[in-house]
Amino acid sequence: MKMIRKIATGFLGVMFLAAVFAEIVAPAPYAKQFREWPNAPPSRMHLLGTDELGRDLFSRLLYGSRVSLLLAPAAALLATIMAASVGGAAGYIGGWVERIVMTCTDLAMSLPWLFLLLTVRAILPLNVAPFSSLLITFMLLGLLGWAASARVVCAGARSLRCSDFVLQARACGSTPYRVLVRHVLPNLRPVLFAQFLTSIPVFILTEANLGLLGLGVSEPLPSWGSLLRGLENWSSVQANPWRLAPLVLLVLVVSGFQFILPREGLAE
Amino acid sequence: MRRVNFAILNVAALLGATFPARSQSGGELCFVLRSEPKTFNPMLVDDESSETIRYLTGGVLIRVNRKTQALEPELAVSWKISEGGKKITFRLRDGLSFSDGTPFNAEDVAFTMRTLMDPNLHSPTGDSFRASEGSIHVEVPSPRDVSVEFPAPVAALERLFDQVAIVSSHSPKKEAAVLGPFSVADYKSGSYVLLKRNPFYWKKDALGRSLPYLDSIRLDIQQNRDLELLRFRRGEIQLINSLDASYFETLAKEAPAAVRDVGPSLDSEQMWFNQFATAPVPDYKKEWFHSANFRVAISEAISREDLCRVVFSGHARPAVGPVSPANLFWFNSSLQPHAHNPQDALHRLQQDGFRLDGHVLRDAGGHPVEFSLITNSGNKSREQMATMIQQDLEQIGIRLNVVTLDFPSLIERISRSFDYELCLLGLVNVDLDPNAQMSVWLSSSSNHQWNPEQKAPATPWEAEIDSLMKSQASTTDQNRRKRYFDQVQQVVWEQQPFIYLVNKNALAAVSPSLKNAVPVVLRPQTYWNAEDLYLAPVRPGGH
Repeated sequence: MKMIRKIATGFLGVMFLAAVFAEIVAPAPYAKQFREWPNAPPSRMHLLGTDELGRDLFSRLLYGSRVSLLLAPAAALLATIMAASVGGAAGYIGGWVERIVMTCTDLAMSLPWLFLLLTVRAILPLNVAPFSSLLITFMLLGLLGWAASARVVCAGARSLRCSDFVLQARACGSTPYRVLVRHVLPNLRPVLFAQFLTSIPVFILTEANLGLLGLGVSEPLPSWGSLLRGLENWSSVQANPWRLAPLVLLVLVVSGFQFILPREGLAE
Repeated sequence: MRRVNFAILNVAALLGATFPARSQSGGELCFVLRSEPKTFNPMLVDDESSETIRYLTGGVLIRVNRKTQALEPELAVSWKISEGGKKITFRLRDGLSFSDGTPFNAEDVAFTMRTLMDPNLHSPTGDSFRASEGSIHVEVPSPRDVSVEFPAPVAALERLFDQVAIVSSHSPKKEAAVLGPFSVADYKSGSYVLLKRNPFYWKKDALGRSLPYLDSIRLDIQQNRDLELLRFRRGEIQLINSLDASYFETLAKEAPAAVRDVGPSLDSEQMWFNQFATAPVPDYKKEWFHSANFRVAISEAISREDLCRVVFSGHARPAVGPVSPANLFWFNSSLQPHAHNPQDALHRLQQDGFRLDGHVLRDAGGHPVEFSLITNSGNKSREQMATMIQQDLEQIGIRLNVVTLDFPSLIERISRSFDYELCLLGLVNVDLDPNAQMSVWLSSSSNHQWNPEQKAPATPWEAEIDSLMKSQASTTDQNRRKRYFDQVQQVVWEQQPFIYLVNKNALAAVSPSLKNAVPVVLRPQTYWNAEDLYLAPVRPGGH
């Protein structure tokens, strides 16, 4: 198990470095269209072949990794922080506060986000640079993705509220804030960690779906989401199996995260 | 006897058709409707699926031959237009019956036209006859003669009858009694429509045998294009109309004999700059968009050849203007697509005071030239075209932001809020006649996309287009109409209010087991001659 964990850590480390130093590693600019070579198979010039517009897939995958590996975790972190604050406080305080907060959470989960997102897109200006659209997209994901995690965190905090060590801390005169920050939240860490990690692939895929609404990362900037949209046409994938590379990488990265997770975190 | 048979075979060869053996059934043709038909009433047809059913079941007085694009007599043996295009008189075929056995006569034509033109019916087909206010006058001097008089001249009047399926005035089955080769036998919502051979259909083949050959047509309702392709591969369906270029390429590798590229279709992909006077766009940008030099420069900066080759895998042609070369009569053949020439584009822009500052193009006021292009999300070919245009414009220092929007948001922006700068969309042409484009070119029209509903033409060239379009609509002399519309195409080519990009090719897939299929560019591309089609077993190696 230790060996697998080491391999996963090494793989994620390499991926992270490759994403950060994409300018050096990538054989071609991500937006450059080699129009004489659309849908080219893997070759020495194009390691993973080219996409429909002749863009080097390996380069796009590296730059896309930068976008997804840096911004999906950032969005997941934002969502987890919000879930920890809202869910943790509600679960710890309990009573009518918990009821109101959970009602709000249920409301947030039941809202037709698709239509709200369409409204957001309609409000946004059209002349937004690709990088700004990227930040907006992941910020939206973070802001919208907290509700489900908040319920889990609330349930965890509720069970801790009546635990012996919390009662002891209270009996020793700790303030509610201190109990929450020093005793409850640290014990919620495995839950939060698991929520954080499971959110990452969800956000990567959600970004791909948002692209269909015009809210995703805009061209020519690549993301794993936009690269995964290349798999929509199964006939084309069958003819060009190297197009599966983004999917394979996504599976490997998500699996990698699962392997480096502490076991107790997964158990939680 | 042998000599007679030989003569019959020669006639068949001359007609370019084959026939099923006398004892053989024509079989059941199966293909896909991509949406639920909204109606079976031929007068209310407004969607493609309903149109398919109307085409296969409806009997019309005059038919546009989808191959030659010429008019051919169907239920009418002859017709005559008089009173400057206001009146049309038909002489009908004798001895015909509807699918339920009810006899057909001039009263049925009169009933159909009166019902069609009833304003309370709101018939989209009837609307195309409505050149002005007023009601029609229908006369039936004899059971074989009927004349229809309209309140004002209707240009290309006889062509419009291609869409008018005659319904019975006294059949208890009403519109279910048809004069076309097939009639609706069964319909299961969301699943299929089954058409059976009309036993009273009037046409015969060269051997004197009743048409159609097919026993039935099953139209499965299926939206998913991947599934449609899969079913074609399995042999469950025998044809695919309007195939995408990527599916075409996939199928061509597996079964080259099953795919057909019949050349440029009537459909075009185009983009236009927002020139609406009160649009929420900065004034300096409006100044760019109003300049013909700017629009032509953008047109010249785009490589249409690359769009055709890369996005459509070569199954498209660079577009010239509003008429596709597939429209044999109305296309202005003296025009050529704007050639890809970034240097010439820059030169044109310099004439308008633009200058290249490093890699950034700036206008006379120093503003960097940057604008956004909107298109509908989910349309892969348009998204790819937009990305290629983005790179083409980058070469002359223009930054293009590509924004894909869901369709309702897009429509909201281009027709209500006018909050956009450049829009890329396609135009599906179903009519050959320029009158069908009247609402696009008249400056007062709401479909005059770049600057709709003008009280008076905003520019001299728009006034010229208005005048030319009205002139062509007010005469029945086809050659004069052609001259006027050629001029419209010339003005559009010079001014580029629409920057036409490509005409997509008409692509189809036809199973080798389906005989007599001759795909054409006009809709319905593959089954326009449905009465001649039949299924025959494929010999080994024949696929």
